[in-house]
Amino acid sequence: MHFRIYRYDPDKDAQPRMQDYQVDLEASDRMLLDALVRIKSMDDSLALRRSCREGVCGSDAMNINGKNGLACITRLSDLKEPVEIRPLPGLPVIRDLIVDMSQFFKQYHSIKPYLVNNDPAPEKERLQTPAEREELDGLYECILCACCSTACPSFWWNPDKFVGPAGLLQAYRFLADTRDQATSERLDNLEDPYRLFRCHSIMNCVDVCPKGLNPTKAIGKIKDLLVRRTA
Amino acid sequence: MVKRVIVGAHYGLRDWLVQRITAVVMVLYTFLILGILLMAPPKHYLAWKNLFANQAMKLATFLFLASIFAHAWVGMRNILMDYVKPTGWRLVLEAAVALALFAYAGWALQILWSV
Repeated sequence: MHFRIYRYDPDKDAQPRMQDYQVDLEASDRMLLDALVRIKSMDDSLALRRSCREGVCGSDAMNINGKNGLACITRLSDLKEPVEIRPLPGLPVIRDLIVDMSQFFKQYHSIKPYLVNNDPAPEKERLQTPAEREELDGLYECILCACCSTACPSFWWNPDKFVGPAGLLQAYRFLADTRDQATSERLDNLEDPYRLFRCHSIMNCVDVCPKGLNPTKAIGKIKDLLVRRTA
Repeated sequence: MVKRVIVGAHYGLRDWLVQRITAVVMVLYTFLILGILLMAPPKHYLAWKNLFANQAMKLATFLFLASIFAHAWVGMRNILMDYVKPTGWRLVLEAAVALALFAYAGWALQILWSV
């Protein structure tokens, strides 16, 4: 199978280049990550991140034939040749397919991704009804792979100011949590033309999310909360 | 000056709502005009003049134009916020857009009520 992979080592290369690889796959190679591991065994200078190899850790997010996704859950049989592999767009490249995710995580941390509850902790746990718990479905599953935020033009133009789809999905995850007491502070933190309102609902995030989540819907719900608070 | 990211303007919701509400106004006016063109199309100059001499038509048209200008303001500022990074330039361009839109609104009033 024919692969064309983005190569760039800032210490050695003046320019990024695309390198071609012809790989003889074996019957057990089903996912793109299997092929990349095989390429890595042929050419150990290729750098990529990977860990759980089953779509849970979010390490091997990359741009596959123009669309962000996780290599470990992308079927080889679905890919058109030559398979063009590039690093996630919009983030600084450290080497080859490895990008610097600092900006992405900075935005994630800025929404305070933890429960804020000032009541003394109960003896066992803070309970929720099944209905209240259901509110978190479609939100808590995010694995922070950054496929969505790096597919978002608003995040490309303003990565330092716009929280991005991943961060905003998480922001709504805590706004939607009945155990959280910081709703108003969270909304204050987001009510900003850059932090929240750079989202123009083009839904690239929904298109690429490997977990099938819908950040645009979560962002819409944040806007609904703001309207309810104001109107 | 230390280079730091400044956010926290505490606005944005109103503009977002304005953009949505003005969009609805524009759709309604489009249906109104389409309705007129289909049901009773004005055939000559005098018919057009009579149509726009009607106070309700003037007001509806002005609301439509005001909606376009408000909608354009939000959209143009969004574009400038995305693509023009130096604050000084952005401010100059935003002011230019705002002033132009105000001028257009005045012009629109003059045209509509001169009929």
